[in-house]
Amino acid sequence: MIDTPTVDWLALSPPIALLAGAGLALLSALLPEWMRKGVSGIAAIAGFAVATGLAVYLFQESSTPEVLLDGSMTRDQLAAMAQAILGVTGAAVVLVSWGERRRTNHAEYYALLATAGAGMAFFVSADNLMTLFLGLEWFSLCLYILVAIDSERETSLEAGLKYLIVGGFGSAVLLFGSALVYGATSELGFDAIGSADPSSEAFLFAGLAMILAGLAFKVSAAPFHMWTPDVYQGAPTSVTAFMSAATKTAALVAMLRILVTAFPEQSDVWTIAVAVLAAISLAWGNLGALAQRDLKRMLAYSSISHAGFMLMAISANSERGGEALLYYLIPYSAMSVGAFAVVAARERELRAPVTLDSLAGMGWERPYFGIALWTFMLGMAGFPLTGGIFGKLFVFSAAYDAGEWWLVLIGVVATAISLGYYLNVVRWLYMRSGAELRLAVAGGSPPRDPALGVAVAASVVVTVGSFFVVQPILDVASDAASALPF
Amino acid sequence: MLTTALILLPIAGALVVAILPLPRETTAGLAFLVALMEVGLWIVAASQYDFDEGGLQLDASRQWVESLGISYSVGFYGYSLWLAGAAVVVFAAAIGYALWVGRDRSRAYYALMLFLTGAVIATFAAQDLLLFYVSFEAMLIPLYVLVGVWGGERRQAATVTFVIYTMAGSLLMLASVVAFGVTQGTFSLTESGTSDNVWIFLGFAIAFAVKAPLFPFHGWLPLTYRQAPIEVAAVLSAVVSKTAIYGFLRIGIPKFPDPADDLSGLILVLASAGLVYGSVLAFRSPDLRGVIAYSSMAQMGLITLGVFAFDDLGVDGAILQSVAHGLISASMFLLVGMVERRCGTGELDELGGMARGRPTLATVVLLGGMIALAVPGSATFAGEFLIMAGVYGQGWGYSVVVALGVVLAAMYILRLISAVLHEKPGRAVREEALDLRLGELGLVIPLLLVLLGLSVWPALVSESSFTTHDASPYASLGESPP
Repeated sequence: MIDTPTVDWLALSPPIALLAGAGLALLSALLPEWMRKGVSGIAAIAGFAVATGLAVYLFQESSTPEVLLDGSMTRDQLAAMAQAILGVTGAAVVLVSWGERRRTNHAEYYALLATAGAGMAFFVSADNLMTLFLGLEWFSLCLYILVAIDSERETSLEAGLKYLIVGGFGSAVLLFGSALVYGATSELGFDAIGSADPSSEAFLFAGLAMILAGLAFKVSAAPFHMWTPDVYQGAPTSVTAFMSAATKTAALVAMLRILVTAFPEQSDVWTIAVAVLAAISLAWGNLGALAQRDLKRMLAYSSISHAGFMLMAISANSERGGEALLYYLIPYSAMSVGAFAVVAARERELRAPVTLDSLAGMGWERPYFGIALWTFMLGMAGFPLTGGIFGKLFVFSAAYDAGEWWLVLIGVVATAISLGYYLNVVRWLYMRSGAELRLAVAGGSPPRDPALGVAVAASVVVTVGSFFVVQPILDVASDAASALPF
Repeated sequence: MLTTALILLPIAGALVVAILPLPRETTAGLAFLVALMEVGLWIVAASQYDFDEGGLQLDASRQWVESLGISYSVGFYGYSLWLAGAAVVVFAAAIGYALWVGRDRSRAYYALMLFLTGAVIATFAAQDLLLFYVSFEAMLIPLYVLVGVWGGERRQAATVTFVIYTMAGSLLMLASVVAFGVTQGTFSLTESGTSDNVWIFLGFAIAFAVKAPLFPFHGWLPLTYRQAPIEVAAVLSAVVSKTAIYGFLRIGIPKFPDPADDLSGLILVLASAGLVYGSVLAFRSPDLRGVIAYSSMAQMGLITLGVFAFDDLGVDGAILQSVAHGLISASMFLLVGMVERRCGTGELDELGGMARGRPTLATVVLLGGMIALAVPGSATFAGEFLIMAGVYGQGWGYSVVVALGVVLAAMYILRLISAVLHEKPGRAVREEALDLRLGELGLVIPLLLVLLGLSVWPALVSESSFTTHDASPYASLGESPP
């Protein structure tokens, strides 16, 4: 008889719900063709919705962190909050995907989306190096296929291949780093690594650096970002929306957890390393975005710069930093999904990639999407009346509190540069007319897509709502951050 | 409550105007009605404010982000109530002017104007540093679109320069807001203490200097004032610039007494330079808008001299001058707009001789010009005199500069009057160009009447702005921070 650890099924329920949704979506392949799309989509969104509900319940029931499954997973409010964000993001992405003009592969698409969500939900609660790697590979493999799922488009295939190679390299680096850390401490669990007496400082630091680099690939922090623009541009827009919001959420939360729990002794080194990553991401992301004309590419660079802001919060290595990161993730995810949703809508209307030119006059012709995109751009730039401003404020306060005033200055300069491209989008939306440039189609009505409209509306509500309702979100974030031993 | 209503009324109006699919005239009329209601509401607020007692009144406070000490706190001091009063009057006139000339895409246009009104009032009422920053930034969003969509030929270039300048300033201020708030543990302006950090002060000072604009941060001014729709230029010069003065008086000086004192010499020199330089540029400017735009820069230099005089007379004069300049520059901009509409250009070379056959236009322009050049007996003269007297304590040279500014103002305003009204009829002035119409008079005359009222009784503003000691921005000067 093998000794099996007791299983806390509730703690595992969010990934399980998502896997169930994925299974149901796959089973829709048995149905007649006209039902497949509807059934698989509903299965996926139901999976995300149930996972969100379970995560919220878990959040309330897990005020003291518990270690599960022999120290391989943890049940705490940090994981639950991240799972809730992931669940809502995933549901919104399903709504965005609904109107995608794809002839086949509906069942596979939604099943992979839900499975990727399950992998992320698992990843954020990983508590040892093995489960961390397992979770990372789990959702990465799904994403490799999702990126390439529009197999009739060459760019989609190219993006998939690029992501596979670079992502595989990133995973390998993470795995090698994990091996070095295990070699130095003979421990796999994060807590145990933190309290172990390392046999070799050099191995431990090399391992730490490699783990950080491996996660930085997923966060798309510069200088590990080079896949981001190509993949974000080539992937189907709904998948890009999912990657920009969900992958970042999962990877940043995991990074926060492993750095704070497993490497408290080395914090003077990794805070500087993360701060440097943040600074490079801010510089590279913002300067790169300035040069882009393709909107998806521009948003890809913008997501690199947001990774920089969020890394700033991690580098503060304080409870306040954790709170700032978790707060930031909420408006950021909403703005990111929303912006890509508007891009998807424009893409479907024009049947061509969306460049700045093709936005000309859109603000007046499609007022709803115009105002929404305007809101998201201002939010990303950190203007008031969006949660973006508080995200920046909290991140800056945390960094300033941690004595990193130079990083705050870099963040301020980066924000100034970012206005160049965010406001440029607004300029194209409202201050150029499509007729004058003879580019975009004017008049007529776009394809009806109520599901996408709902996703955009929800994103606007979260983006603006997180400006007015700050304290309740911050309370939740603070509970979640207190699960870590700062 | 009343203060919150003053902030929310125009914002609610903006939402209604944006959402209701009304025809163009109805939309404009509704927006104008909201702007007039705002003026009415301000009168109610002013009647409830006890000017004898002074200090912070009509205040309201609600927690916003407790853990960082951020709250929604609003209220008025005597001086900020006057600044807000000038703002609501100018906004009503500007929206009325837009109603008169008719703006296309009216729902968006009036929604943005009303939103801007709300943001400006919120800036003047903010008693929390973050709320101040938020409202200060929020002004930029409508301004950006108003200039960029409804502006002149080179509006795109204008918005880019405007945004780069203002945001560079604002973001430095954000860094300062974070640094000050985190160090103090609260963002409340009423609860926080003082700081002696020069860098944090500079972050604020530069943001305000760009917004005002003060020499040498005025690079955005000529293009923006020329390209903006004329009523938006009026609002920019009359109202938005005054938020910088409020910033200096509510944050810059009281929260950073030592740095403000240390740097006051530099600021006074720059303000003097701006006063003279702006006046000279106004005198040399080839077009109407240029004259008013640069004169506005000169006047902001003058007001800054009053603020940094560190003298009660000087700051009383600064507030009186802020209110008077707000009203007069709005009137002048609107008059310029009316002339431009008749002639299709604002180039001084092409104008002239408009007085003949247009008696009302001539009278109103002359009256406005007389107040603008601070003829003795006018409210602007009273303001300039107080500033001159106040700044004397900092050095007699500054008073000489102020006097020089008065002389230069006479020169550029008289040049403007003669170039428009007198001389031979210009090429652009057609015989059939009309005199001022009743609707136009209805917008300018109330502004000028208020100014005449203030000319008769300038003490109404200057003696009720800072009544008690603790309302004075200089109360914390000389105290060392804890």
